[in-house]
Amino acid sequence: MPRDIPQPEVDEIQSLIDAQLHLEGPLLPILHALQDAYGIVPVAAVPLIAAALNISRAEVHGVISFYHDFRSLPAGRHVVKICRAEACQAMGGAALADHALARLGVEWHGTTENGAVTLEPVYCLGLCACGPAAMVDGKLLGRVDADRLDRIIGEIEA
Amino acid sequence: MKDFIIPWDDTRDMGTPEKHGKPVTLIIDGVEVTVPEGTSVMRAAAEIGTQIPKLCATDSLDAFGSCRLCVVEIEGRRGTPASCTTPVHPGMVVHTQSDKVRKIRKGVMELYISDHPLDCLTCAANGDCELQDMAGAVGLRDVRYAAPEGGALANHFEARNTSGEANPEWLPKDDSNPYFSYDPSKCIVCNRCVRACEEVQGTFALTIEGRGFDSRVSPGAAGDDFLSSDCVSCGACVQACPTATLQEKSVIEMGTPDRSVITTCAYCGVGCSFKAEMQGDQLVRMTPWKHGKANRGHSCVKGRFAYGYATHPDRILSPMIRDSIDQPWREVGWEEALSFAATKMRGLQEKYGRRSVGVITSSRCTNEETYLVQKLARAVFLNNNTDTCARVCHSPTGYGLGQTYGTSAGTQDFDSIEASDVVLVIGANPTDGHPVFGSRLKKRLRQGAQLIVIDPRRIDLVKSPHVRAAHHLALRPGTNVAVVTALAHVIVTEGLCDESFIKERCDWDEFQQYAEFVADPRHSPEATEMLTGVPAAELRATARLYAKGGNGAIYYGLGVTEHSQGSTTVMGIANLAMLTGNMGRPGVGVNPLRGQNNVQGSCDMGSFPHELPGYRHVKLPEVRAIFEDAWGVEIDPEPGLRINNMLDAAVEGRFRGLYCQGEDILQSDPDTKHVAAGLAAMECVIVHDLFLNETANYAHVFLPGSSFLEKDGTFTNAERRINRVREVMAPKAGYADWEVTQLLANAMGADWHHTHPSQIMAEIAATTPSFAGVTYDLLDQKGSIQWPCNETHPEGTPMMHVDGFVRGKGRFMITEYVATDEKTGPRFPLLLTTGRILSQYNVGAQTRRTENVIWHDQDVLEIHPHDAEVRGIRDGDWIRLASRSGDTTLKALITDRVSPGVVYTTFHHPETQANVITTDYSDWATNCPEYKVTAVQVSPSNGPSDWQEAYSAQAEKSRRILPAAE
Repeated sequence: MPRDIPQPEVDEIQSLIDAQLHLEGPLLPILHALQDAYGIVPVAAVPLIAAALNISRAEVHGVISFYHDFRSLPAGRHVVKICRAEACQAMGGAALADHALARLGVEWHGTTENGAVTLEPVYCLGLCACGPAAMVDGKLLGRVDADRLDRIIGEIEA
Repeated sequence: MKDFIIPWDDTRDMGTPEKHGKPVTLIIDGVEVTVPEGTSVMRAAAEIGTQIPKLCATDSLDAFGSCRLCVVEIEGRRGTPASCTTPVHPGMVVHTQSDKVRKIRKGVMELYISDHPLDCLTCAANGDCELQDMAGAVGLRDVRYAAPEGGALANHFEARNTSGEANPEWLPKDDSNPYFSYDPSKCIVCNRCVRACEEVQGTFALTIEGRGFDSRVSPGAAGDDFLSSDCVSCGACVQACPTATLQEKSVIEMGTPDRSVITTCAYCGVGCSFKAEMQGDQLVRMTPWKHGKANRGHSCVKGRFAYGYATHPDRILSPMIRDSIDQPWREVGWEEALSFAATKMRGLQEKYGRRSVGVITSSRCTNEETYLVQKLARAVFLNNNTDTCARVCHSPTGYGLGQTYGTSAGTQDFDSIEASDVVLVIGANPTDGHPVFGSRLKKRLRQGAQLIVIDPRRIDLVKSPHVRAAHHLALRPGTNVAVVTALAHVIVTEGLCDESFIKERCDWDEFQQYAEFVADPRHSPEATEMLTGVPAAELRATARLYAKGGNGAIYYGLGVTEHSQGSTTVMGIANLAMLTGNMGRPGVGVNPLRGQNNVQGSCDMGSFPHELPGYRHVKLPEVRAIFEDAWGVEIDPEPGLRINNMLDAAVEGRFRGLYCQGEDILQSDPDTKHVAAGLAAMECVIVHDLFLNETANYAHVFLPGSSFLEKDGTFTNAERRINRVREVMAPKAGYADWEVTQLLANAMGADWHHTHPSQIMAEIAATTPSFAGVTYDLLDQKGSIQWPCNETHPEGTPMMHVDGFVRGKGRFMITEYVATDEKTGPRFPLLLTTGRILSQYNVGAQTRRTENVIWHDQDVLEIHPHDAEVRGIRDGDWIRLASRSGDTTLKALITDRVSPGVVYTTFHHPETQANVITTDYSDWATNCPEYKVTAVQVSPSNGPSDWQEAYSAQAEKSRRILPAAE
């Protein structure tokens, strides 16, 4: 199922930008506001943000591309992140990751064809004591194994 | 065996920038060294000849500390700090070569090389690669990172793996910029290019996209390449790149240079020093010379890359003659051409009188060449009919600053900007016209200096990344004097004057008269607001900021001078600096930004019809006596004709012959039709140029010129800095321009025998007090000298008027605003103002013959959306631009950079000929043309005007060259 990329009007983007300008260091709040509103940071926003903050388009792009959570393509309805950092790897994280890729039939950062789930790698969720760790729609999960992951995916796909 | 040479000539990279602080002494590898506070350990080590290995550090950029190759051990400190980011401390004991740091460096290098192609032998940077050097310096012999069994090692440099699958990490080369390529596969992500774009150039066109292993250098935003990004092709990134990632295409094609010669750029008045890097007599590349005092190692797209015109096939390398301009050209030898020219000129003088011929000197030729051309008029023609293209740009500067301060030149050096707190830019567009100064200004603005822009157009400086003008006074074209006088009104009436400065340094009586004049309520911002379009409150705030904001510096350009009251505005500006005491120390002053590389020099060299070299009036017998002694002739005491007088006299039949060197008056001077009529009326026009320019369409003799690469000499930049121009290849047509002028003079009976330009400089020094101490030896020794250079200032003068004005007391001049006669009305309701852009230069004769056309292939008309809408004009439409003088057609660019009622274009392309529109109104004092104000109308059009078609037909016919006789 092709996912529509939101294409908001310039005025709408501008008003979201303007609403953050009173803050000190407003770039990240602006990007969050756009990501929250549209599920992506629209390409059209880059020159507008640059003009509003008097920085270059390249600088805006540098920040957006640094953070994986600022998206250029919308995510699926649910986002599953699996920790791939050292502590979780030591507890079977690599196998869990392989299982997730196979179960969903996607590449990293990919979204299932029905648009239900996006799978992403993450490097440390700060749950090293309970590896392998995962995060589903912002909720942290510890000691995840293949069965538990299947169960969760089954629930959110339903 | 290869000699072991420690590469520490003065071009070695010290790693981090120079600091100025109190001395700090430390010990590095057992050697005591004393450096200024704030210096990095890396630089301190470099001072004693120890090059600590490094990749991300270079002395043009602030330390960054990312490559971890420069780690050292410091006694009493934990770990291994990066020497580039660690400042020195008194008594610090540093070890740069302990076993521990050697091992770390080797390990770091091994990681770098694990993701770098090992194609050194066929790489464009072979022999000029810091990565290669550092691999050698750390003794890297092996890379242990191997691909796991059956798998590949992730990397960025292989397009496909062994099974032929595409490598998603691999990015293709970006060849979109015409002068350099970006090859991401060779990038080590040291960030030097990104930092150079930010810190040195100030454009912020580059960034690092992604993070970790995905980090890549990215021009612009997603989907951009170098050409579509904000990149201005200044070359700072290429200069900073330690590998072949950003590489000049000329080096890719030709290989590395084998020798280099320091010379001076032939474009704008900044006068950047460059290294011409050569293979034999072939130019491989031009790189900015880091010890150049005007540019401090920076460059712009023109000087760095746009030198291809020098070898363009359009260059004419053989002299040519013809009896009349409807005939085709006939190629002849030098002797025939010169005797043809000499006979004609002598004949004209015999028939029509001594004053019937003249010369025009060029601001693009050297001081020595210009000196000879005016000497040709004075000592051979025996008249003062000499003028120069400075007539049409900065003649009001010479007059205005001469009247108020006593010297016809800017007061500061470019380094002075580093001490400015408030910068007032009037009628100049430094980021386009004087890009390297523009970058130095922007650097200071990012450090916190405040900016005021007075310009009808919203130039880039008003708002661009990390730069924003505190005030932009978007005045109506032609009202400069009213605005400047209103600023003075506020300063005087609000008590913002620096009275002690005025009392000490200026004529107090004149000040009081002036103060009374400006205090008159009719000069108040409220009274002038209707006229100038500048809101009174904004103008008041501007005056307060300039007067009380700390060191206030004024930089101005042709937007000030090219007006009917150009000289008045220059004097008004001079008044502002005196009123506020902004004179005689670093960070202040009044600084004209000169249009062409040697405008200052051509004025200094006596190109004007009323002045002998050194700005001394030709009427003064004691001045004439100096030159009469030197030249052995009697000098005409009557001032000669200015360019526009020559053309008027030609139309009237009194002026019949012209020798025009390196200047295209038909395209660059106002009211093209009048210029054409004047030239057509002359019987002998000698054009001495690289190309068959527009003026040559009306010429009878064409003498091939030499480019700046083909001759020795000097250029004098906007800071009065005399820079050496050095010959890097033999003149392509056989003679340097100064030799041709000498041959012409001798063909007319003179007996000149200079064998090198240094002898001409000796003659200049012997006759001109401000050049008295200048010799080529001293220039070679010092790199450059700012005049005056004489007994009291044997090493030159970076700053003028330090303890007092040159003329004695500073003189306040009354600056009454008089509206120009060029007025808008129902038929011509819009005001046209003209200017130039970054990639093109003046009439474009040089830059149009380079790849720079990719950025600007035609002149366009900027018009405000309101004005466009009421005329039914859409973006990109052909439009007809008409004034009382003439009309032309070009395409429209709809933009709110111009205010409603104002339109703007450039004059780089002869197909457009913007100057067919401009009028022959000119400055009251100096006849500098009023290019910046023309009443026009704009209407839709469907193609070239009749005039344009007739013009190109004439040009084509006139450029025919007969095939050489077999």
